[in-house]
This record gives sequence, structure tokens and C-alpha cells, in this order.
Amino acid sequence: MPSDATTLAPGRASTAPLVVRPAGRDARPVRHGAAVLLGPVALLAAWQLVVWLAPGAAVVSPSDVARAAAGAWARGDLPSALTTSLGRGVVGFALAVVIGTPLAIAVAHVRWFRTAFGPLLKGLVVLPSVAWVPAAVLWFGLTDATVYFVVLMGSVPSVVNGLVAGMAQVPPLYRRVGTVLGAGPLAMTRHVVLPAALPAYVAGLRQGWAFSWRSLMGAELIAGGGRLGVGLGALLQEGRALGDLATVLVAMLLILTVGVLAELFAFAPLEGRLARRRGLDPRAAR
Amino acid sequence: MTTTAATLPDDPARLRTTTPAVRLRQVGKRYTADGPDVLREVDLTIEPGELVCVVGASGSGKSTLLALLAGLEQPTSGSVEVACGAALMFQEPALFPWLSARGNVELAMRLSGVGRHERHERAEELLRLVHLGGWGDSAVHELSGGMRQRVALARALAQERDVLLMDEPFAALDAATRDLLHDELERVWLSTGRTVVLITHDVGEAVRLGRRVLLMAGRPGRVVGEWRIEGPRSEAAAVGLTAVITDRLREEHHRAV
Repeated sequence: MPSDATTLAPGRASTAPLVVRPAGRDARPVRHGAAVLLGPVALLAAWQLVVWLAPGAAVVSPSDVARAAAGAWARGDLPSALTTSLGRGVVGFALAVVIGTPLAIAVAHVRWFRTAFGPLLKGLVVLPSVAWVPAAVLWFGLTDATVYFVVLMGSVPSVVNGLVAGMAQVPPLYRRVGTVLGAGPLAMTRHVVLPAALPAYVAGLRQGWAFSWRSLMGAELIAGGGRLGVGLGALLQEGRALGDLATVLVAMLLILTVGVLAELFAFAPLEGRLARRRGLDPRAAR
Repeated sequence: MTTTAATLPDDPARLRTTTPAVRLRQVGKRYTADGPDVLREVDLTIEPGELVCVVGASGSGKSTLLALLAGLEQPTSGSVEVACGAALMFQEPALFPWLSARGNVELAMRLSGVGRHERHERAEELLRLVHLGGWGDSAVHELSGGMRQRVALARALAQERDVLLMDEPFAALDAATRDLLHDELERVWLSTGRTVVLITHDVGEAVRLGRRVLLMAGRPGRVVGEWRIEGPRSEAAAVGLTAVITDRLREEHHRAV
């Protein structure tokens, strides 16, 4: 990053007021914000271009979608679908963390448990979680239990595998230091192994969240009605049934937006803070 | 400076107690039942407050000796007694990067059950002792190699053990930093009265720091030479003794290969 703020041209030093800004500090967030918006704006432009170039085809313009979104928002459909899905996503993910974390510790530390369940948990990542939907509907009916079951089957393996991978990569020297400092098995896990595995754990959490959200959408899309509230996935399905492409696109964009916002405001800052604290921030490297 | 093998240290204050800090009797060590003797019949007594340096070529069993003293390994035969346990410092600082400098020092106390408030105070004190007062909040990656090793020293001291074991603690540092840390260690040793056992492959370092220098040779690992260094040290005498020990080290090395 060029630190032009502190550079003074040779001849101008006497005439220009000397303004020394901390290198790039105040310029960076603005530039960063503009760069983040560049992708969506480009996408929007391309979309509009397609609408202009292929009139009459099965496409709706961005403004149609905006109108549909405003209408659905005003009717209350959108806020209620969003809160229903977000609530399920967050609760499901939290459950996955609560279940996955002790599972991972058990896989890493208990030999027979690792032998018995390690390959299974690794393999489960490959199984698309929507494949669980039919079975879950037969077991639990059209209830929230079905949704949470599918979400957990999708996200628990990711959380487990992230933490297990992290714990496997803890440098042996750290454990020796722990032993020398008098740490028992419990203190070793609490004060040495878990903190050392934290970056990989966060990577696992990020993937776990993504799988939660994807599984949730899949479950909502396939299983609807009964005692299930209407979430974003159901909204998507409803739009398809009514041949309402604008509503379909509104739902899709909202699903995507939630994913992007979670990344921007939760996982990226968390990962950045961890990396900076440990001196692993690539931007800090010179 | 005298270099006799039989005399006792001339500082009686250091010999108030009669219980040695470290006592090894006929210690043997094999890592596998039919493997070679890594150590054979090692007898060693270290008095409280001594600073002993152990030199020897790779494979002479000096790291194994330290592991036995630290309790990381058990002897195959003989007995190892270490009064009140030992703290161990590695060649790498091995600080935890998720903790601040102070956090690393505090962790040693936390793991031995020291309360939060006392930990904080004591960690600050120890950081000041190794001339890192004011650096407590720094992240590990913000510190230089020498500073990190000083934090590691503070962490080892935080364990409140009478014996401090050091496994080539300065080997990875540049010459100027190493020099500085030699002075630091000597100062810390004098002010805390710990028993220090330092392993090094650098004979000059051993002579510079040790009040007693032990030479180990391999196959099987044992102590083959011992020099006591007392009174004020002159540069010339140190150079002379370094040459003597180095010659002996070479001799043992040729015998082994």
C-alpha cells in the first residue's frame, strides 16, 4: 500500500502546510468500502445489460425485482420470511457448535472414538444435507425438528473437522511447554490445544455456518406447509409455483445477502483479529 | 581462576543447606529395551545455587540428561532426585502467540494455581527483572528473538522452582544478543539464587557462564570431565580453559566416531 499521505514533494515543503496523516488510516475504510460495492454494482450492470439486449425473454429487470421486494416488504412477507430463516439458521448453527465442539475434542483425544467415528464424520461432509430431507420428513413430519435435523447434519461435520484438523496441527513443542509448565490433560486442552487450534476452528465455523445456511434453504425449499413457518426457501418455492420470477430472484438475492453480510461482519473481522494478534496478517508483512 | 576438579565452591553462603538440589545416582537410560545406552552410570550432585554448564557433542546424552531432570523422561536404572522440581527453558522461546508477553508469564503461574491479582503483579515484576518492563502487553510477534527468549526466561522463573534447566537457550540468537543475555542470566542467577543447569554445545559460553563445567561424551553417554571455575575470571584464563575443554571435546569426539 503506497503511503502517499506522508510524502512531500521536494520544492513544496515550504509552501504547503505540513499535513502528516497516519499512513492510510483514514483513506483505507473508504477505499475498502468502494471496492466491496464494486462486485455487486458490476453484477447489477451486467444484469441490466441482459435485460436491454434480450427484451421479452424470461428475464425481469432489476427495477422489477426491486418493486417486488418493496411490495413483499410492505406486505410483511419478506421480513417474516427473513426472521424465520435467520432465527433457524442462527439457532441451528449455535446448536451445531455446541454439539460439534465436544465431539471434535473427543475425536482428537479418545482413540477408540476417533477410530469409530472419525471416518464417518469426514464422510458426512460429502453427503449433501438435502439428502436427509425425505428421511427427516418421515421421522419428524413437517415440523421445525425436520429443519434443525437437516441443518445439524449439514453443519456439525464441518465444525468437527475444522477443530480436529486444527488440533492435529498444534506444534508438538507447544504441548511439551504445557507439560513442563505443569498442565494436566484438562488444562492442556483448555490453555494450549484449543487456543492453538483456534484459527482452524474459526475456518471450520465459517464452513459450518455456510453449510447450516445452505442446508436450511434446501430443507425449506423441499419441505413446506404443515406446521412449518414460511422461510426464505419456502418463499422461493412459492415464487416458482406462481411463476413469479421477480419473487424468486428477491428470495435468492436475500439468501445471498445474508451470506455476504455474515462473512463481512462476523467471520472476516474475527479471522482478521486472530491473525493480527498472532502476527499472521499478510497485510502487515513487508 | 582455578581449574581443579576436586575443590568445593568457595562461597559458603551457597552451601547453607546440605540437601543437594540435584542428585543422580548410577543413572542409566535407554529409549528401547535393546537399544544403546544413551546414558550409563551417571553420578552427579549439584548443590543449591550452583550454575553448572554441560557441554558435549551431539549424541552425548546431554539433552536426555536434561529431560530426566525435567521429569519428561524416566531413568532406566539408578535414581534421579530433583529438590522441589525443575523449570525448563528450550532452545526456542516457544511462547504462545495467542497470549501477550505478560500472558505467557502469567500462564505458568495460572497452571500452578496462583490467583489472578497476584499473577499480574508477579508477572510485571519478572518482566522488569529481565528488562522488559513496559512490554507486558506486546504481542509475541512484536518482540525480537532476544526479547522473546527473555520472556521465556521470565516464564521459567514464574514457575517458582528451585532448579532452572536450560537447553541451549541462546543457540538461536545472534552473537551480540547472546552476549547481552549472558549478562542477564548471570544477573538473574545472582539475584534469585536459583540452581541453574545449562546445556550448550558452545564451550566458550560454558566457560563464560558456568561455575562448574561438565563435559559429556557419547556411546555410552557419560560425564568424562569436570572443571570448577572460582573467583574473578580473567579473559586470558577463560580463553585458556576454553582451549583445554575444546581439545578434550575433540578427543572424545574422535574416540566416539
